[in-house]
Amino acid sequence: EGGWPELKSSRPTWALSTLFSLRSSLENPEPRTRARGIQLLSQVLLHCHTLLLEKEVVHLILFYENRLKDHHLVIPSVLQGLKALSLCVALPSGLAVSVLKAIFQEVHVQSLPQVDRHTVYNIITNFMRTREEELKSLGADFTFGFIQVMDGEKDPRNLLVAFRIVHDLISRDYSLGPFVEELFEVTSCYFPIDFTPPPNDPHGIQREDLILSLRTVLASTPRFAEFLLPLLIEKVDSEVLSAKLDSLQTLNACCAVYGQKELKDFLPSLWASIRREVFQTASERVEAEGLAALHSLTACLSRSVLRADAEDLLDSFLSNILQDCRHHLCEPDMKLVWPSAKLLQAAAGASARACDYITSNVLPLLLEQFHKHSQSSQRRTILEMLLGFLKLQQKWSYEDKDQRPLNGFKDQLCSLVFMALTDPSTQLQLVGIRTLTVLGAQPDLLSSEDLELAVGHLYRLSFLEEDSQSCRVAALEASGTLAALYPVAFSSHLVPKLAEELRVGESNLTKGDEPTQCSRHLCCLQALSAVSTHPSIVKETLPLLLQHLWQVNRGNMVAQSSDVIAVCQSLKQMAEKCQQDPESCWYFHQTAIPCLLALAVQASMPEKEPSVLKKVLLEDEVLAAMVSVIGTATTHLSPELAAQSVTHIVPLFLDGNVSFLPENSFPSRFQPFQDDASGQRRLIALLMAFVCSLPRNVEIPQLNQLMRELLELSCCHSCPFSSTAAAKCFAGLLNKHPAGQQLDEFLQLAVDKVEAGLGSGPCRSQAFTLLLWVTKALVLRYHPLSSCLTARLMDLLNDPELGPAAADGFSLLMSDCTDVLTRAGHAEVRIMFRQRFFTDNVPALVQGFHAAPQDVKPNYLKGLSHVLNRLPKPVLLPELPTLLSLLLEALSCPDCVVQLSTLSCLQPLLLEAPQVMSLHVDNLVTKFLNLSSSPSMAVRIAALQCMHALTRLPTPVLLPYKPQVIRALAKPLDDKKRLVRKEAVSARGEW
Amino acid sequence: MVGGGGVGGGLLENANPLIYQRSGERPVTAGEEDEQVPDSIDAREIFDLIRSINDPEHPLTLEELNVVEQVRVQVSDPESTVAVAFTPTIPHCSMATLIGLSIKVKLLRSLPQRFKMDVHITPGTHASEHA
Repeated sequence: EGGWPELKSSRPTWALSTLFSLRSSLENPEPRTRARGIQLLSQVLLHCHTLLLEKEVVHLILFYENRLKDHHLVIPSVLQGLKALSLCVALPSGLAVSVLKAIFQEVHVQSLPQVDRHTVYNIITNFMRTREEELKSLGADFTFGFIQVMDGEKDPRNLLVAFRIVHDLISRDYSLGPFVEELFEVTSCYFPIDFTPPPNDPHGIQREDLILSLRTVLASTPRFAEFLLPLLIEKVDSEVLSAKLDSLQTLNACCAVYGQKELKDFLPSLWASIRREVFQTASERVEAEGLAALHSLTACLSRSVLRADAEDLLDSFLSNILQDCRHHLCEPDMKLVWPSAKLLQAAAGASARACDYITSNVLPLLLEQFHKHSQSSQRRTILEMLLGFLKLQQKWSYEDKDQRPLNGFKDQLCSLVFMALTDPSTQLQLVGIRTLTVLGAQPDLLSSEDLELAVGHLYRLSFLEEDSQSCRVAALEASGTLAALYPVAFSSHLVPKLAEELRVGESNLTKGDEPTQCSRHLCCLQALSAVSTHPSIVKETLPLLLQHLWQVNRGNMVAQSSDVIAVCQSLKQMAEKCQQDPESCWYFHQTAIPCLLALAVQASMPEKEPSVLKKVLLEDEVLAAMVSVIGTATTHLSPELAAQSVTHIVPLFLDGNVSFLPENSFPSRFQPFQDDASGQRRLIALLMAFVCSLPRNVEIPQLNQLMRELLELSCCHSCPFSSTAAAKCFAGLLNKHPAGQQLDEFLQLAVDKVEAGLGSGPCRSQAFTLLLWVTKALVLRYHPLSSCLTARLMDLLNDPELGPAAADGFSLLMSDCTDVLTRAGHAEVRIMFRQRFFTDNVPALVQGFHAAPQDVKPNYLKGLSHVLNRLPKPVLLPELPTLLSLLLEALSCPDCVVQLSTLSCLQPLLLEAPQVMSLHVDNLVTKFLNLSSSPSMAVRIAALQCMHALTRLPTPVLLPYKPQVIRALAKPLDDKKRLVRKEAVSARGEW
Repeated sequence: MVGGGGVGGGLLENANPLIYQRSGERPVTAGEEDEQVPDSIDAREIFDLIRSINDPEHPLTLEELNVVEQVRVQVSDPESTVAVAFTPTIPHCSMATLIGLSIKVKLLRSLPQRFKMDVHITPGTHASEHA
């Protein structure tokens, strides 16, 4: 009666006694009371379902199943209870089926409210997770029951769960029986998903979530194919962009599980739809998705294993594509040429078979077309398509090289590429170079004769004139790539020619140079470094360059600093190419560095009649170029080798030990730290380049002495170049030194030195430079003393003499150096140091600004703007509103550096936080318009960009200003500078 | 079946038009970066203003369709005059007036007020030249 369990045992368990104690309310004639009773019981069960015994579960289930027949007001609470029971571990087998049967039979799920429908899905999910075998015994009835449950579901939250269940039904291989089509119908009716989450949706379900989960359902089984494919074709053919995209993506997903059988009947219509989308689309995304879908279709067709007698669908599909596309390839001026090529390439990229088939059909056609068309622009289009197809070849490796489809076309391709390389059109040459690189990357395709020809062409192209720069650069790059693959061809055909060229250049230098010779010489140097991509080539080219430097040094040539710098740049590029290979890295280091040092030491020797060149080698720019060579050649050394090298170089500078230098018979001693004549002193920069690039664990001999000498030198006022180099070197070593007593000692020395220097006297500015570099070294590694030094630096903003320099110093603190304290040079650089510096110091800067007397305020603004400028924009944005008033004030500052950096801070802020900015719109409009007639072009441009960005503010705020702004912006339209006019046009257009 | 304009079911008057290469961004010269040197408004600058206008029926710009060309822009900065001639893709193009109007509006908004402008169809390229 009523599903009540009989009380058999004398001591009922707690669950059953709860049930009985509720009996009065559960049997109440008023359905609301019954509902409340069951609700209470269900709540209890939800909390303690883990404690239930098997016997109790049986009774409870029977009770609840019975209640399902009750009044509709009771049902929600009953479902809650069943949900609790479905979580029970103690549920005896057979009951899950009976619960589900009862639900399917008694409850019309879709007339329940959303929450209760969700409960039903939960019950089903729980059972599917734990009682898979049992549910499967139900056979297709379970599937059918579920179809009825979800039919008509509308809530996105429930749909996500329901789609999950359908996916499990399919992927866990539940019996679908005759209900495949019904299951498809009940899910596919939501396709394509069109759902916009309501604003302030607390559930956070996005359209994308629904799309993806529906797609996994639809694309989960080939059994849906016959229903799904027509639907997809219909949706691709519709006018709605999102439907097209979704359908193409779903098709793409389906291809992962489909085979030829499923696709067979639909191939022609699928192809027609994809073709139309790619040929006629207005949206690049649709085009990309179309190509992707074609790619996976082809891949799917290529994958299937065929019965011996079956027709190969791939062949007929591809021949269809070819037939529709090939005639467009013959019209290189027309719009459809590229879409056709892209379609063919998408198909060819899917499998080796497809690639073979298409390449062997398209290549002859394109080769023929190339010769048919004579205009460079048409030839270029054809060659670019050809290049695309050749690149695809690289995806497939052929075990048997003779099978490769390219073999048959090799000669024609080569002659065509060489034709392109000799064409007068730069564009065609460029594509030719790229094609040559791709051909070269095919292993064993090119013969040695082809390579010789290719090298000849590259040699010629490396010496092109000024106006075809891009081509020359491409040729150099291609030489580099190919030289790594074919070192023999390049060292036998290219390097000798370049060596000869270098000799000619030397003799021309002696005669005094013409500009054309000079640029040719430059090209030659660049070519030499570009081709040094293989260790064996480096062994030939590096001696050539060093030889050249000696030659320039020895002969009585009128060498200019630019020549030496060019050689150094080549050496640096070569060093960069050597970095990856430890062996050639060491070779380079060991060969180039002693040679450069020897040259420099030689040049620094005091002489009675100083020659021109020797002076040249000591110039700031030349030394800087050498610094970058030495730095690059050192950073990638292994610690052992670096330690070996450091034992030579440090004694050279400290003790004048020249024994490891080549040609080391110098007229007098080398004593850079003692010499007052300052020539030798400048070479400290080279020492800095070396020791500051060493790996952190390399021990430096005589470190204590070295640091003291550097410190001494850094406050010498006779030569700013060498004292700065010494300060940088000191800072670089400080940054890498492990924390401890010795570091503290060095720091104390430095602080004393700085304070003594800053006091008064001739070397205030040197002491300031030292302070700046030491601060930077410490800021980078988050050393506790850094805050102290930064505070000292801020004090100096008030200094009448050093104030402006201190303001610029902030730019140095925040920027990345190229020579010392770099991450590449193994310095300790913490990733967030800028952010940290910002949070630690900006409040103090702002405070200082307000407290400062009027005449030094610009220093603070400038320092602040340097800090803001270097900070990553995402970090800056949340902080800017607090600084806004200061920034607005900075706009009126007459210094154009401050103006510029303030404008560049405000511009992203306008784009990102229009709400905050709209409060100040009046002020902003006036100030920007004023600045748009500033004397500095950069400020005018930035101001106009800000005017442009102002349009992001809410329209109601802007409308009152519109006529005024449009009138005012007419003036910069007539600016004398074109770049300003360009910004004015876009700003005014936007307003 | 894919020949010429057959694909789109005849929606477009000219489905597979000849397309032309886009000239890249104008390279910035040293003179333009120099504060002192004034740059006069030249044909290329006018052309840059109008070349990126989209054709009413293709996702292509007027430049790619060769509707406007730099040689068909006459400009005189000292006299403050501009003359632009444009060539519809096909002689019976129904969009010619719309294209003309787009060019005119773009120039009105982008040139100093002192300029007098004239936008017309290249003689002999359209059925109703005087429209």
